[in-house]
Amino acid sequence: MIARILASLLATMVGVMARLVTGVRADWRGCLPELRQRIYFANHGSHGDFVLIWTVLLPHLRAVTRPVAGADYWDRPGPRRFIGRKVFNALMIDRHPLPSSPHPVEQMVEAAREGSSLILFPEGTRNTTDEPLLPFRGGLYHLAKAMPQLELVPVWIDNIARVMPKGEMFPIPLLCGVIFGEPLRLETGEQKGAFLDRARSALLALRPRRGQGEDAATEAHP
Amino acid sequence: MNVPPESFMLFGGVVAVLLLASLIGALLAWRAGNSPDPAIQNLNARIKAWWVMVFLIALAFLFGKGGVVLLFAFASFAALREFMTLADTRRGDHWALATVFFVSLPLQYYLVWIEWYGLYTVFIPVYCFLLLPIIAALRGDTTRFLERIAFVQWGLMICVFCVSHVPALLSLSIPGFEGHNLLLIAFLVLVVQGSDVLQYVFGKLFGRRKVAPSLSPSKTWEGLVGGVASATALGAALWWITPFNPLQAAAMAFVICLLGFFGGLVMSGIKRDRGVKDWGRMIEGHGGMLDRLDSVIFAAPIFFHMTRYWFTL
Repeated sequence: MIARILASLLATMVGVMARLVTGVRADWRGCLPELRQRIYFANHGSHGDFVLIWTVLLPHLRAVTRPVAGADYWDRPGPRRFIGRKVFNALMIDRHPLPSSPHPVEQMVEAAREGSSLILFPEGTRNTTDEPLLPFRGGLYHLAKAMPQLELVPVWIDNIARVMPKGEMFPIPLLCGVIFGEPLRLETGEQKGAFLDRARSALLALRPRRGQGEDAATEAHP
Repeated sequence: MNVPPESFMLFGGVVAVLLLASLIGALLAWRAGNSPDPAIQNLNARIKAWWVMVFLIALAFLFGKGGVVLLFAFASFAALREFMTLADTRRGDHWALATVFFVSLPLQYYLVWIEWYGLYTVFIPVYCFLLLPIIAALRGDTTRFLERIAFVQWGLMICVFCVSHVPALLSLSIPGFEGHNLLLIAFLVLVVQGSDVLQYVFGKLFGRRKVAPSLSPSKTWEGLVGGVASATALGAALWWITPFNPLQAAAMAFVICLLGFFGGLVMSGIKRDRGVKDWGRMIEGHGGMLDRLDSVIFAAPIFFHMTRYWFTL
C-alpha cells in the first residue's frame, strides 16, 4: 500500500522533473497514440532515454508499456531497483546472461505474450560515439520473429545524450523531443540482416536535421 | 512593495484590447467557416497565448518584487534552455553549461533581488565571461574551442544578463517616483510588445518591401515604420505612468522600439544560421520563449541605463 503510494508519487515527480529539464514533447509523426500492443524501439544515448518515452506516453498507454532495462544498472539493490521495478515496471534483463539464467529474448517474448508493450534499445548499449546510431543487435529480430503480429514503432529520442552524457553526475536542461515513426513489421521470409537494416534506417530517418542550415526556414514570427 | 493604482487601469486597458482582439479573431474564424485559414488559426493561438502571458504578469505584479524577479528568472531559464539546445556544444562543455544554468542564472537573479547594482552589472560580463572559458579549458577539449565557449557566453548574456534588467528596473530610485517602479516594467513591456504587435499588424495590412529578406521574410518597411511610429505614440500616451514628460516618454519609447526591432533581427540571424524557424514551441502560436522575448532582450538594458543615467540621483 505505502509502496504503491510512494511509487505513484515518484512517478509524478519523475514526469515533472523530466519536463522541467527537457521540456519534452511527443511528435506522433508516423502513428497515433493508440492502445495497441507495440514494441517501441529507440536510440540509446543516456539512462534518461526510456524516462522520456515513458513521460510522453499517455497514462493508459504507460500502464501497459514496460521498458526493457539492463539489470546491471537498474536492478541493483536500493532506490534504483524500487524505481525500476515499481515506478517504471521495467523488464530487467541480464545483458551478459549466464547459461543458467533466462535468455533476454525469451524474457521479452514472455512479457509480450502477457500483453505488454515494450520499450527496447536495439543498440544494446548507450551510444557515446559521434555516430548517430550504432549497429543493431539481433534481439529486435528474434522478438519480431516470435511475435510477428506486433507493431514495431521506431522512436527517435532527440538531444538526450547532451542532457546527460555518459559519466556525468547531473543533467543540463536542454529541449528534447520524442518522435514516433511509422510502425513496421517483419516481412515473411525476411532475413535477419535485411530486417535489422530496414529497422535501423527507419529509425535514422526520424532524426531531425539541425545546425548549419542553408535550408533556413520560411516564416519568422514577429 | 504595493501595487501602484495605475497598474489596475493599465491591466484594464490591456484586457479591453485583448477582448477586442479575441472578438475580431472569433469573427474571422467564423467567417472562414469550415475552411480555416492557418494564418487565422495562428492569430487566434497568439491571442490566447497573450491572455496567459498577461495573466502571469498580472499575478507577478500582485506579488510585487518577489513575483517579478521569479517570473523573469523563469523566463530566463526557459530562454537559456532554448538557446543552449541549438548550441553545437560537446561533452567537454558539460561543466560550463552546468555553471551557466545552476550558478550564473540563480546568482544573477539573487543579486537583482538584493539590488546589488555594483555586482549584478558586472557579474556576468566580467566574472562569468572569464570563468566559463577557464572551466572549458580544464576539460581539455580544444575542438572548435572559441566557437563553443562564445556560444555559451552569448547565451548567458542574452538570456540571463539582458533579461534580468527588466526586474532590475525595480531597484532604481527615482525622486518623486518611489513605490511606482513596477510601472517602469509595465511601460517597457507594453511599448516593446505593442511595437511587435503593431509591426505585425501594419506588416500584414500594408507590408510590401522587405527590410532584411535574408534574415526575416516577415519584416517589412511598412510594418517597421507603422509599428514604430504607433508604438512611439503609445509610449508618449503612457507618460502619466512614468517619471518622464510626454516628449521624454516618446523618445524612450522610440529607442525601445528600434532596439526591439534590431533585437528581433539579430535573433533571426542566429535562427537562420542554426536552420530553425522558431526557438521552441513553448508559447502556442508564437514559438519559443525567445521568439517572444527577443525584442525585450535588446531593449531592457538600454532602457534601464537611460533611465538610471538621466532620472535617478
